[in-house]
Amino acid sequence: MSAAAGVPVGAVSATRARATGIFFLVVAAAIALLFGLGSGPGEARFGLNLGGRETFVTLPDLVVPVRATAFVLAAACAFLGGVQLTRGFGRRTNLVLGAVIALFVFAFLAWAARGDQMNLLGMLKSTLLRSVPITFGALSGVLCERAGVINIAIEGMLLSGALAGTVAASVTDDLWIGLAVGAVVGGLMGWALGVLAIRYQVDQIIAGFFLYLLALGLTSFLSARFLQQNQQLNNPGRFQELRIPVLSDLPILGPVLFDNNVFVYLMFALIAAIHVGLFATTWGLRVRAVGEHPRAADTVGIRVLATRYRNVILGGMVAGIGGAFFTLGSVGRFDEGMTAGKGFIGLAAMIFGRWNPIGAFGAALVFGFADSLQTKLSILGVPIPSEFLLMAPYLATILVVAGVVRRARPPAADGQPYVKE
Amino acid sequence: MAELDDPHREPGGVEVLPEHEEARAAGEAVVREPTGFVEIVTGRGWRETVLVPTLAVFTALLVGALIIAFTEPGSLAAWGRAGRDPLGALAASARAVGAAYRALLTGALGDPGRYAEAVRSRDPAEIARALGPLSETFVVATPLILTGLAVALPFRAGLFNIGGEGQLTAGAILAAAAGFSLTSLPGPLLLAAVVAAGAVGGGLWGSIPGLLKARTGAHEVITTIMLNFVAAFLALFFLSTEFFRRPDRTDPISKPIEAAFPHLLGGSLRLHAGLLLALAAAAAVAWLLNRTTIGFEFQAVGANPDAARAAGMSPSRTYVAIMALAGALAGLAGANQLASVTPSLTPGFSSGFGFDGITLALLGRARPVGVVLAALLFGALRAGSRSMQAATQTPVDIIVVIQALVVLFIAAPAIVRGIYRIGARPARAAGGPA
Repeated sequence: MSAAAGVPVGAVSATRARATGIFFLVVAAAIALLFGLGSGPGEARFGLNLGGRETFVTLPDLVVPVRATAFVLAAACAFLGGVQLTRGFGRRTNLVLGAVIALFVFAFLAWAARGDQMNLLGMLKSTLLRSVPITFGALSGVLCERAGVINIAIEGMLLSGALAGTVAASVTDDLWIGLAVGAVVGGLMGWALGVLAIRYQVDQIIAGFFLYLLALGLTSFLSARFLQQNQQLNNPGRFQELRIPVLSDLPILGPVLFDNNVFVYLMFALIAAIHVGLFATTWGLRVRAVGEHPRAADTVGIRVLATRYRNVILGGMVAGIGGAFFTLGSVGRFDEGMTAGKGFIGLAAMIFGRWNPIGAFGAALVFGFADSLQTKLSILGVPIPSEFLLMAPYLATILVVAGVVRRARPPAADGQPYVKE
Repeated sequence: MAELDDPHREPGGVEVLPEHEEARAAGEAVVREPTGFVEIVTGRGWRETVLVPTLAVFTALLVGALIIAFTEPGSLAAWGRAGRDPLGALAASARAVGAAYRALLTGALGDPGRYAEAVRSRDPAEIARALGPLSETFVVATPLILTGLAVALPFRAGLFNIGGEGQLTAGAILAAAAGFSLTSLPGPLLLAAVVAAGAVGGGLWGSIPGLLKARTGAHEVITTIMLNFVAAFLALFFLSTEFFRRPDRTDPISKPIEAAFPHLLGGSLRLHAGLLLALAAAAAVAWLLNRTTIGFEFQAVGANPDAARAAGMSPSRTYVAIMALAGALAGLAGANQLASVTPSLTPGFSSGFGFDGITLALLGRARPVGVVLAALLFGALRAGSRSMQAATQTPVDIIVVIQALVVLFIAAPAIVRGIYRIGARPARAAGGPA
């Protein structure tokens, strides 16, 4: 984009690097002012053990003085900002950005929990769980859009995966079949998006909107018609937690990461597979070529339309699995409209993560954290209305799309139909 | 014929060929598909503006009938015995569909028997009761006209406004605040204040994506989707404040507003003057598009932003103006609901009117007259679906499915044309679109 505008790429990234450095300094100032000077003396107590789970060592609660912590963290942020301004972190900027956000969050939590206690591990765990469907949705978007097909039907794919998975698992009494059927139905939705967008060249936003409406209407219709009278169709049970031996006994990490149900492990596997696949394999190179410049890809013999079909179907399957998480991995039953906009947050996470699987997961974690924090705030008596935390993901995405914080650039051919010459 | 059609470049930089090579090779009659977003949405010629929408609705209702036939319990049981009694299964399906759609129709337009009886009795109360369903259809259609216009107007400038939901909510927040706080105003003035506040709130909310697009190029589809959620949470926040919340209730509901549109046909029918407001808005949009310089600029930007800029127009200004206007229209829908059927702001206040607007704008081919007709149709479906659910236990959600199918058939006219074997408009002479 910068090259097209005739601006040397280096100049743009230098400006952006400086802006990022200034942003770090602003965060440092915010921590010092809001959580340092803005709070009285006091301590915050963080629980580091999850109730009922034994690890190798039972950690003592982490007790930190709020004010001093804020000042130390502010200094750390300021240091990082200084380094960024003078030397620059180059390729590691995103990592450092994540660290700065984490420091801010910790300072905030210490401030919020002043004179009180908070289970840090419980917080981390609920953040992770809340980010699962968002991540699946975002990965679905990444797969589709990297190949040049806009997918705003993620929400619909989640819904249909949730219903199909529930019914299939209830009927067969096998959760794995439910998971598979959820993936297949999601894949069918992806295929339908492909047929409309690729074969009929329907405007992709309208095609996605149609699929969303169809899924919303059909799942609500079918569940009202069949599930409410026949509760045995809506009783799939749910996947139990799978403790990974040894690893799950590690303090802090163990209970959060290695004591989850299959969806969480599947999510991590998919993030890794899609990331490696996209950026380190021939397949990924081809997909990205199709998404950036289909004509060039076609010229060197890549089958553009087949690649797009394959990716939207894969994307649909990923979203279908994410949908099955709502029922088989979380609640254990289907309710109308139960995805509650998570598909759209997934879309937001994909944009926020710049069409990158790991970036999307990071964004999903941030959004999941905002979601889990809002339930805690009222308990802690923090005077921030939970509604503002709930709208934060959407606001952040708007800022990113507008280029206020970090410009997000979609694949160049995203949303454009391709016709062979 | 095919040779006459030259490949051409669309303004957006998308390379589009008029037809597929295979079709050409197979010697099939090649018709030029519409290209460019605005042309796809608005359509040209009576086939695309009248025939395709009509057939789209008809086909969607047909598919809806099939869905009912294969999900209704009685009909499903009959299909289980179809091996022995195929005719019985067919008859059971027909009965199920007939009962559901008859209930839908009488729920939307009224019961003919009742009309006849009412006319015979000459009792005004009886006549009012017979007219009840029709009145409800208009009551539901009123906000739909406004949200449909809120999507249709940006369509003409090449913008896709998915934010009707949020703009309606933003308008309703401001309108509600005006409606329960400015109570010292006399009735008509208060009503005017509520309506104006709705337009202003929606207009401000709508201008945000317009501004973002003009200043930063942020895609309005993404920003309007996100702003829908922001508006919903904003409403939820306001409903938790002392100023908004109804003191005697614990659930999030605002104080009721003190203004209401006058009823048009007596107190027992809910039909109210909001309908006139919506029709006036449709007329105003038609006038704006067809008779004013601003409207011409809107459409010029929609047809080709670069050419419009070269001709001295400002696409940026157009984006802001058109999104503000669209937001104002959706905000009016919010004010309309407050001043008629739902006098208090609640979470989920919009109940999908903003999303419905997208279907209506597509079905109405982004033309004000079309939007009004589409809104009346979906007002009827929405109103009738309630009695359908009550009478035959067919879930109201079937309307959403029908709506989705209408979107599909409008967006992919090739499907409808394929089913009914009608051609598209003939390919034009060489040189691409005029």
